Amino acid sequence: MSFLPQLIFLIILGAASFFLIKRVKFLRRNILLGRPEERNDQPGTRWRTMLLVAFGQQKMFKRFIPAFLHFFVYVGFLVINLEVLEFVLDGIFGTHRLFAPYLGGAYLAAMNFFEFLAVTVLISCVIFLIRRNVVKVPRFVKSEMKGWPSMDANIILVIEIVLMIAILKMNAADQILAERGVGHYVVVGHLFFSNLLHPLFDSFSSGFLVFVERAAWWFHIVGILAFAIYVTYSKHLHIFLAFPNTWYTRLKPKGEMENMPAVTNEVNMMLGIPVDAPTDPVAEIGRFGAKDINDLSWINVLNAYSCTECGRCTAECPANLTGKKLSPRKIMMDVRDRTEEVGKSLDAGGKGLEDGKSLLGDYITKEELNACTSCNACVEACPVNIDPLAIILEMRRYVAMEESGTPAQWNAMFQNMETSFAPWKFSPADRFNWAEKVKEEEIAD
Amino acid sequence: MAEMAGKGENPEVLFWVGCAGSFDDRYKAVTQAFVKILNKVGVSFAVLGPEEACTGDPARRAGNEFLFQMQAVANIQVMNGYDIKKVVTACPHCFNTIKNEYPALGGNYQVIHHSQFLQQLINDGKIALKGGGGFKGKKITFHDSCFLGRANNVYEAPRDVIKALDVELVEMKRCKTKGLCCGAGGAQMFKEPEPGKKDINVERTEEALATGASTIAVGCPFCLTMMTDGVKNKEKETEVKVYDLAEMIARDMGI
Repeated sequence: MSFLPQLIFLIILGAASFFLIKRVKFLRRNILLGRPEERNDQPGTRWRTMLLVAFGQQKMFKRFIPAFLHFFVYVGFLVINLEVLEFVLDGIFGTHRLFAPYLGGAYLAAMNFFEFLAVTVLISCVIFLIRRNVVKVPRFVKSEMKGWPSMDANIILVIEIVLMIAILKMNAADQILAERGVGHYVVVGHLFFSNLLHPLFDSFSSGFLVFVERAAWWFHIVGILAFAIYVTYSKHLHIFLAFPNTWYTRLKPKGEMENMPAVTNEVNMMLGIPVDAPTDPVAEIGRFGAKDINDLSWINVLNAYSCTECGRCTAECPANLTGKKLSPRKIMMDVRDRTEEVGKSLDAGGKGLEDGKSLLGDYITKEELNACTSCNACVEACPVNIDPLAIILEMRRYVAMEESGTPAQWNAMFQNMETSFAPWKFSPADRFNWAEKVKEEEIAD
Repeated sequence: MAEMAGKGENPEVLFWVGCAGSFDDRYKAVTQAFVKILNKVGVSFAVLGPEEACTGDPARRAGNEFLFQMQAVANIQVMNGYDIKKVVTACPHCFNTIKNEYPALGGNYQVIHHSQFLQQLINDGKIALKGGGGFKGKKITFHDSCFLGRANNVYEAPRDVIKALDVELVEMKRCKTKGLCCGAGGAQMFKEPEPGKKDINVERTEEALATGASTIAVGCPFCLTMMTDGVKNKEKETEVKVYDLAEMIARDMGI
């Protein structure tokens, strides 16, 4: 009988791990639907970027209040997970507060710190819910946030609040039982925050408190496992992917666009410049630019899965600010949603990328792409170094080179450049005319 | 440049004029101002004149990589032919393209923006500022060009140039890394904006006007056009002027 809880715990733990591994494999395969790209140069800079931006939350602090609250939730997540280790070991071995005897006073200090974090996480999440649902901070209520994205955000906040309440409730019941000398309960010492809850529970019988304590324990650990699986279906994936995502930050100057060597070869041949390396003539060039997710780099897709839909990019986007359809956040959500669609289809034995749909057209319109000023405000704003601009520019390349679908005024600009080597229709012979005025003035002097 | 090369001379720096600098009626004044400064200071420089072609930036940002590379490779052939080592330009788009994108196509030069060049000349004491432009003590705000600022992290050089004029530099709410685009980047200069509630340059001009500055300083030909149009849209063109950095320095020097 006494082994039953352990057995149940192991079954739950095993099932959760199984699902989690399955989900991780699904996500990994999806991300790798993007085309290969090697980006591991300058490891020193990459480590530093990851430490500062992901671990140190550097870019969050551009907006202080949410950064401050987010920092508590983040530290709470990191630190309280240490307690989850004890939970798991207790669950497996059927022990209770396994670490308490070994750590002594340090255990009490740790528990008080955990409780402090639990309270700060709880308060932060309540404020976040208010910001989203009562204050309605503009970036949280834009059109792309309608429906599931808003629901997803609220679910996450509510789960976090409930899990934190479970910890505090468990500690309160646990310590009352320990003080009463019931069974295996250990007196940890004075736990400041859960002690405040004692008056709520003092009047209950020990039997009921054991039930409350056990219920809270099970709720917390099963809740955390369920949450871990939920995260893989959610925008909340950023808690893990922020780290690889910042590692793979583009380290070149933001203004630099990636070169297309396939085009360089053709241009050199047209101009009669010898092409240095004899490139493999049968090598498939593929498409120019990006029509669908497999034309994008896998790092672009990783970016999409790392996006937590905070909307700082969209809030800084000059096009979006002035009412255009473009929203960099929507670009990232579209890439992720299309990847999910393709991934699910492949798993169901469906057509995958050949389903007659594509990122361009079915998800992202030309109107959105055409509104971008390539100003890099979105790239600068992203707290986890996502690059929506790279995707927009790759898709523009497809529109221009594969579809000849650029706006008429751009086509006119192209034509001017081809015929008179300037985006405007002027004679190249007149390029130096400005100098006449300078010469006249100098002669007059 | 052809003339100098013919005489076997090699200039210290190539001034890349750019298409706006060559053809835009308003912006030609910036080219002239910058050249007058270079002449006054005695910098040995050359321009390519009719041998210069568009860097290809707007074509590339509009998606036409073929056209971009045709322009780029042709320009690189000309510049490499003259053995150019150092390039200065007043246009942040040309600056970005030549500096960051030409190396992959075989064009390796030291490229500097005219704000950096002017900053250097001022620091070296080569430009003698006389306070002649009527800017002294006035409130001036600087509008960051995206292709100079975020794209290439040049924020201080233009500000140092403005401060050298002994003015009160006032910042807009969104500046430096958070600077708001004028609306012309990414080849937007060459087409009408997509449907929306407002034009980006009007939004930015409102922010500039809110600082109470009498001059909006810029360091980019597209920004100059967009901000000038924005000021006109707000009917403030008599009170508020839009100038490029080079024009301000030239006016102060009385040239």
